[in-house]
Amino acid sequence: MSFEFKTTCEYQKYFTPSHDLVRKSARQFVKKEILPYIEEWEEACEFPKEMYKKAADIGLLGIGYPEEYGGTPADIFYRLAVSEELMRSGSGGFCAGLGSHNIAIPPILSMGTDEQKKRFVAPVLDGEKIAALGITEPGGGSDVANIQTMAVRDGDHYVVNGCKTFITSGCRADQLTCAVRTGAEGAHGISMLVIEADTPGYSVSEKLKKTGWWASDTAEIYFDDCRVPVENLLGEENQGFYGIMANFQYERLMLAVMANMTARLAMEEAMRYSKERKAFGKPLAGFQVTRHKLVDMATLVEVSTEFTYRVAAKIGAGEDQIKEVSMAKNFACMASDRVTYDAVQIFGGYGYMRGYLVERLARDNRILSIGGGATEIMKEIISKLM
Amino acid sequence: MKILVTAKRVTDPDMKIKVRSDGAGIETSSMSFKVNPFDEIAIEEALRIKEDKGGEVIVVGIGSDKAQTEIRYGLSMGADRGIHITAGSDPDSDAVARILVKIVEAESPDMVLLGKQAIDVDDNQVAQLLAEYLGWGQACFASKVSINDNTARVEREVDGGIEVVDMDLPGVISADLRLNEPRYPALPAIMKARKKEIKKMTPADLGVDTTSKVVITQLAEPPQRKGGRIVEDVAELVKALKEEALVI
Ligand SMILES: Cc1cc2nc3c(=O)[nH]c(=O)nc-3n(C[C@H](O)[C@H](O)[C@H](O)COP(=O)(O)OP(=O)(O)OC[C@H]3O[C@@H](n4cnc5c(N)ncnc54)[C@H](O)[C@@H]3O)c2cc1C
Repeated sequence: MSFEFKTTCEYQKYFTPSHDLVRKSARQFVKKEILPYIEEWEEACEFPKEMYKKAADIGLLGIGYPEEYGGTPADIFYRLAVSEELMRSGSGGFCAGLGSHNIAIPPILSMGTDEQKKRFVAPVLDGEKIAALGITEPGGGSDVANIQTMAVRDGDHYVVNGCKTFITSGCRADQLTCAVRTGAEGAHGISMLVIEADTPGYSVSEKLKKTGWWASDTAEIYFDDCRVPVENLLGEENQGFYGIMANFQYERLMLAVMANMTARLAMEEAMRYSKERKAFGKPLAGFQVTRHKLVDMATLVEVSTEFTYRVAAKIGAGEDQIKEVSMAKNFACMASDRVTYDAVQIFGGYGYMRGYLVERLARDNRILSIGGGATEIMKEIISKLM
Repeated sequence: MKILVTAKRVTDPDMKIKVRSDGAGIETSSMSFKVNPFDEIAIEEALRIKEDKGGEVIVVGIGSDKAQTEIRYGLSMGADRGIHITAGSDPDSDAVARILVKIVEAESPDMVLLGKQAIDVDDNQVAQLLAEYLGWGQACFASKVSINDNTARVEREVDGGIEVVDMDLPGVISADLRLNEPRYPALPAIMKARKKEIKKMTPADLGVDTTSKVVITQLAEPPQRKGGRIVEDVAELVKALKEEALVI
């Protein structure tokens, strides 16, 4: 082991030229396949299903996943680069919908058997099937240990009864990585099942109408004596809680990335607009108040992004970052709350009108501090680890 | 079919260029770079020929260490291996052609396919010079290429139409804008391209003197466009055209 860094610059850069090539391809994809249609998809509250296949074909869905299940092994910053570029579509909903596998398949990879991975991971990375994650229930999302959906063993099946809500890609998912209660009350009675959408007793609500993330289909899912084969159990019975929690670390990192990009896009838009728009005979950027506001926005974006990268680097190196990733998520969401609010302010009335990117960013931003563990829950975690 | 293609590193055409304050070049510190778009088209065409006929596609890049990125881009698109001629600054068109001659001599390709020009200096000379030095046929500004055994039928974009030429191979073809629409590399291909071979050489290794015959003495920004103005009537328009615009 060397005591010195080879160059100081090595420790400052997270992205190599090879990451940049991946970024460029993702950017091309967004420019050609998404941006021309995104407005339409947002208004329709849905993007075409074929986008999963298209994204899979150029390797966007499989980046960072094992080769034997159709992925392309890559370090964490490749995934960050892809997420950042997809966010340049300006639609968090599209990213959440297209990327729902990123929360749905890691538990299968970490807890599942080779057979399960072949069945439930490969077709998803191939864009053939859509995967969703089902944890939250109408009775509560934060208190994961208290979920009520029951799975009772009956021969070689589990009979599942209950309900999940707010499930991203829920309307179109072919398979749900689902938390169920197989044992006693509390965290130690929870198991993870992969439930296929064509199982009798599985039904889906209408698309839920949301404040933002319009392009993603969010649904409630009902289980009515839904018989799930025992071979769909991930890992051991009653050990599911740890799988769920391990999954959260990555989900929170990605939500931090989304928040940073939401803020960055809002800042870029505001920067551009403040040079164009005139009031009292001069561009908005001519007022010191505006310039200072832009400075505050840019500072928040840069600081938050750098911290998120730092946490990502440590996660990538295998370090435990439960506390830090929770901080990164909270900080990024605080930054994007501020920045999207101020961007709308700079746009004035136009910022409140549909068709302006900052209007959508401000709406899409709101979910980020609720989903994947609300700000308060992050603070609970952090306080326990301080 | 063995095809040699080029990948020049140029400033991203989507970015605004700023002239350096000393006028000797452009500000590159904040610029992003990419493969010359015409070279990208040439690489795409070579890959299509390879997919149809089999063979090998070799990407050549000339320039600083960073020019490796553009060679890797070509490899990510699907080319088989790369050759990187390291040079501190970009050699002029004649030196590039003489470097390529040496590579052709070593590799004996059936065809050299390159962009008709690089979008940074717009010289449009390398393909023609190379064909001349090699004593090969040339078909520049190709908008369609079809290969038949040892000949290539090339549709060339010329003033007022398309000229069709049959050319014996080996030969030199330069790609015009409408030849094809290049693919963008899939992510798995980018990851695999990291491991493809890039052979590094210097112009000195090849015995080529790259002393520039062309020297840029001064670069200047184009004059700023003045805003338009609405005139009252024809008389005022004619007066303005005569006295201000000096066009009639
Ligand atoms: C668009 C969208 C997509 C989603 N996608 C998915 C998905 O794909 N899969 C999935 O499983 N879930 C999904 N969710 C659900 C999301 O994870 C939950 O909404 C979130 O975890 C919060 O749960 P809840 O809504 O039940 O709120 P509650 O748990 O009822 O919390 C309500 C409020 O109380 C606060 N609170 C709760 N407990 C405490 C405490 N101990 N101390 C202090 N404050 C507390 C919370 O922070 C929050 O502010 C999605 C939600 C939305 C809106």
